[in-house]
Amino acid sequence: MLLIECPFCGPRAETEFHCGGQAHIVRPSNDVDDTAWESYLFIRNNPKGIHAERWVHNHGCGRWFNALRDTVSDRFLAIYAMGEKPPAIDGLEDGNDKR
Amino acid sequence: MTQSHRLASGGRIDRSKAVRFTFDGHSFDGFAGDTLASALLAHGVHLMGRSFKYHRPRGPIAAGSEEPNALIQLDDGNGRTDPNTRATVIELFAGLRAESQNRWPSLERDVGVINDLFSPMFPAAFYYKTFMWPKSWWESVYEPFIRAAAGLGHAPTMADPDRYAHRHAHCDLLVVGAGPAGLAAALAAGRKGGRVILVDENNALGGSLLNDADGPLEAWLAEVSSELAGLDHVTVLTRTTLTAYYDHNYLTALERITDHTGLVDGKSPRQRLWRIRAGRVVLATGAIERTLVFAGNDRPGVMLASAARTYLHRYAVLVGRTPLIFTNNDSAYRAALDMRAAGTSIAAIVDIRSNPQGALIDAARGDGIRIHTGSVVVGTDGRHRVHQASIARIGADGRLSETLGRPLACDCVLMSGGWNPNVSLFSQGRGRLRFDDALAAFVPDRAMQAVECAGACAGTMTTAGALSEGAEAGGGGIDLPAVEDIVEGPLQPVWAVPSDRTGSRPKAFVDFQNDVTAKDLGIAVREGMVSIEHVKRFTTTGMATDQGKTSNVNALAIVAGQLDAAIPAVGTTTFRPPYTPQTFGAIVGSGRGRLFDPVRKTPMHGWAEANGAVFEDVGNWKRARYFPRPGEDMHGAVQRECMQVRETCGLMDASTLGKIDIQGKDAREFLNRVYTNAWMKLAPGKCRYGLMLRDDGFVFDDGVTACIADDHFHMTTTTGGAPRVLAWLEDLSQTEWPDLEVYFTSVTEQWATMTISGPNAREVLAPLVSEDISTDALPHMAWMEATVAGVKGRIFRISFTGEVSFEVNVPAGYGQSVWEAIVERGKVRELCVYGTETMHVLRAEKGYIIVGQETDGTATPFDLGMDWIVSAKKPDFIGKRGLERPDLKAADRKQLVGLLTKDPDMVLEEGAQVTASDRITIPMPMIGHVTSSYMSSNCGRSIALAMVRGGHALNGRTLHVPQLDGSVVDVTVTGTVFFDIEGARIHG
Repeated sequence: MLLIECPFCGPRAETEFHCGGQAHIVRPSNDVDDTAWESYLFIRNNPKGIHAERWVHNHGCGRWFNALRDTVSDRFLAIYAMGEKPPAIDGLEDGNDKR
Repeated sequence: MTQSHRLASGGRIDRSKAVRFTFDGHSFDGFAGDTLASALLAHGVHLMGRSFKYHRPRGPIAAGSEEPNALIQLDDGNGRTDPNTRATVIELFAGLRAESQNRWPSLERDVGVINDLFSPMFPAAFYYKTFMWPKSWWESVYEPFIRAAAGLGHAPTMADPDRYAHRHAHCDLLVVGAGPAGLAAALAAGRKGGRVILVDENNALGGSLLNDADGPLEAWLAEVSSELAGLDHVTVLTRTTLTAYYDHNYLTALERITDHTGLVDGKSPRQRLWRIRAGRVVLATGAIERTLVFAGNDRPGVMLASAARTYLHRYAVLVGRTPLIFTNNDSAYRAALDMRAAGTSIAAIVDIRSNPQGALIDAARGDGIRIHTGSVVVGTDGRHRVHQASIARIGADGRLSETLGRPLACDCVLMSGGWNPNVSLFSQGRGRLRFDDALAAFVPDRAMQAVECAGACAGTMTTAGALSEGAEAGGGGIDLPAVEDIVEGPLQPVWAVPSDRTGSRPKAFVDFQNDVTAKDLGIAVREGMVSIEHVKRFTTTGMATDQGKTSNVNALAIVAGQLDAAIPAVGTTTFRPPYTPQTFGAIVGSGRGRLFDPVRKTPMHGWAEANGAVFEDVGNWKRARYFPRPGEDMHGAVQRECMQVRETCGLMDASTLGKIDIQGKDAREFLNRVYTNAWMKLAPGKCRYGLMLRDDGFVFDDGVTACIADDHFHMTTTTGGAPRVLAWLEDLSQTEWPDLEVYFTSVTEQWATMTISGPNAREVLAPLVSEDISTDALPHMAWMEATVAGVKGRIFRISFTGEVSFEVNVPAGYGQSVWEAIVERGKVRELCVYGTETMHVLRAEKGYIIVGQETDGTATPFDLGMDWIVSAKKPDFIGKRGLERPDLKAADRKQLVGLLTKDPDMVLEEGAQVTASDRITIPMPMIGHVTSSYMSSNCGRSIALAMVRGGHALNGRTLHVPQLDGSVVDVTVTGTVFFDIEGARIHG
């Protein structure tokens, strides 16, 4: 079971959290074409390596935050606030930040 | 029976405490400190079980938890039974009842042994290939046969009478294994003041020291044990197996609390599962001796050389009187020397190596022990016990040359194929392994977590090395006792010893428990399995309850040899938790029976229970489904309740509806974005029905939301959807629109909610309410603060029945008293209390959807005929863009329609398929399914709702619903409203 550093409560067990999938996906405006909307709804990165993810401490403080997790080692490399850009870390896919 | 093989002195047993036990119904005695295996061996009993596939007689080959053969069913006769426990780790207690497994009628005379005679017919993958054809035989012949043959022990038939506990623990350092390395690590860390947990599966600290004669470390062991016991921040857990090593240094350990006593005092749990989060982990799990793979290596009496030493030194038991030692390394010479010193007559040492050198070899020679170098055991004989072994010389090319004239008489064969560092937990923790050529074994390489290995677990096979590595891993700074290790020479691996015996009879076992032979591995390779993971599954090697602790490296090496590849190239199989078998009870802990799943009850639950309600589970809630009168069945009760609500009035407990209190200056804007309809103009005192979509355009939840004030709303959700709606709103608020100031609070359990509905509803309620609740003062879709039966609350004019309805909300604590007041008052107006089943029928009569019943996560508002609720004017809401997707606008989408059966008494099955044709063909094109279906007394007939492809254009058409019995029911497509189609009643 992972140990996750909630920025508000400190390190807590994974069972207190829920992962909200890939981070930094911007909801597009209504006038985008179907391909762009499809991409927003369904298309996600699945990297072997560093992944920017949304997490919520739903059985704790209830707050959302962003995290960089290495999907190979399950190590958390960074925890940062919603709305913040991911810290510069080698291996973070460029694609994560585009949409 | 006398303990014929027990020495008069020595061992770590208490001869003053005799312990009687039974094995297969026969009474035996042993001593406190014995295991079941050591006590039986003290009586000269080696035969303890039958193998899985061939039912071959088997005795223990080990003295610890790695034992594959001696599997025992423990049964106290009172519902406590444990299959597949290892005799080698069962601590003896008075009254222990042990049974051997996989034999009938008895261990000595087992009928299943016939499998062994026919073994040429049962090679690897026999089941996969044989039980394929004819297909029709599968259910009637093959499956019953396999089921009858499968498994060793038998599962309990009664509920587990024992109690199990969980404990969470945190520490700076977790040390696994309390041998020299583990003790040194725990001591070093403990002295520094860190929180230390030390676990060991044995009943005492010492690890390998317990298996040795009194040595120079005996005093040190006593000192360290007592010092650790005195340190407050050090937790020492014996009889505790580290069962699993998960991510981020999260580990579980199983502590056996009463298993060794057989006593059940009702106070202590039987076992406790520790869930440990460790800052650092030191694995000092030692090494496990390997078997040698030679013909007849499974005969009772053949065992690991180290096991013989353990039985000798720890239990003062001689496993035989004329041992033959078969080895490829020096360590087995210790067994020969110790057995010799204990007075046995060594038949010979058979050493694969042509020219072994060193102190141990010299000592054996000095003792006059005969040593056959460059030789191997090529076969053994004996029915239930080995009585002789054949020896042959082996060349450097691995081929047999001359055979020794006569077989050597012996009553046990003590084998050693080298040692495997016990890397199971390191590997579970994702650590990478490396093949060490000198040890011919896998050793820890790269750790993926904060973990270090120390001692034999790390491949360091000397006691001095173990002590210093352990101390270092614990932080250093302690004085260590001086130990001089005897230098051992190199081993020479011979993974599969050739045999001069022909035919299929001389079997050389690799995996003892699953009866996998060297030949089976060869078959797997010839069948084209190249990955070790495939070979494992094809042959089942390493898949038994012992998980191949003694056999895996042998299997790998033999496969590598067959493939002509290096061992590391073949790789290693994955080690998986648990390290040793674990009871389900310990995993479940206290979460059973009433504590398995929490039950949620409404404030009026007690009244409903007292008044004969039949409950149904909705999520975790218990909801009153209907209130049968004496002699009434569900159908009768529901029809009566349905008619009475529309004729007079009814009262229902709606407290389970999700309720979310929404506040903040941007609350209104927020609602406007999550609902499909317009919310900017909803005035305080008014309510509105809203539909929530997901961004893909599909319906997510629905409910009525009331405007309390401009910055304050009261939202209701479906019962089941409450948690996910709240989570969704929080997600949007925190991550999508953090600029909006809005706060959400679940108030589901704060309000008791009761709906009074029907023509008499106002007359019943008005006298109880201080305020005016006339149509003018409180019209449909309005709400007001009111005092009901003396309790301040809120009344909402919202309806899920199509009748005039008042939804009374009062603080939960007053729920039942207000409810009772309404019921009492209702008596003069023929008020009936109704449940959820009646609610379902009433709402279906009105064509009101239930999210999750009519919808399945792929329905749009348009599919549901709810175009009216989707705002065309709003620039955006969640789902707006999603609804524009071409597929969501297609004409042939499944759409909500009503269905009327030709026969008004026929009630369709919910979930039944709808077809366009009444001629059944295969495959049958299906165009929809029934979502709701009831008998409606108010309509005088059955009614149904269905999602049908292009259904909105099919009004009046006849469709068909095939039945399970092959008949077909004709139905007519109608609108979705069956009762009070013009909708006048709701406003009264």
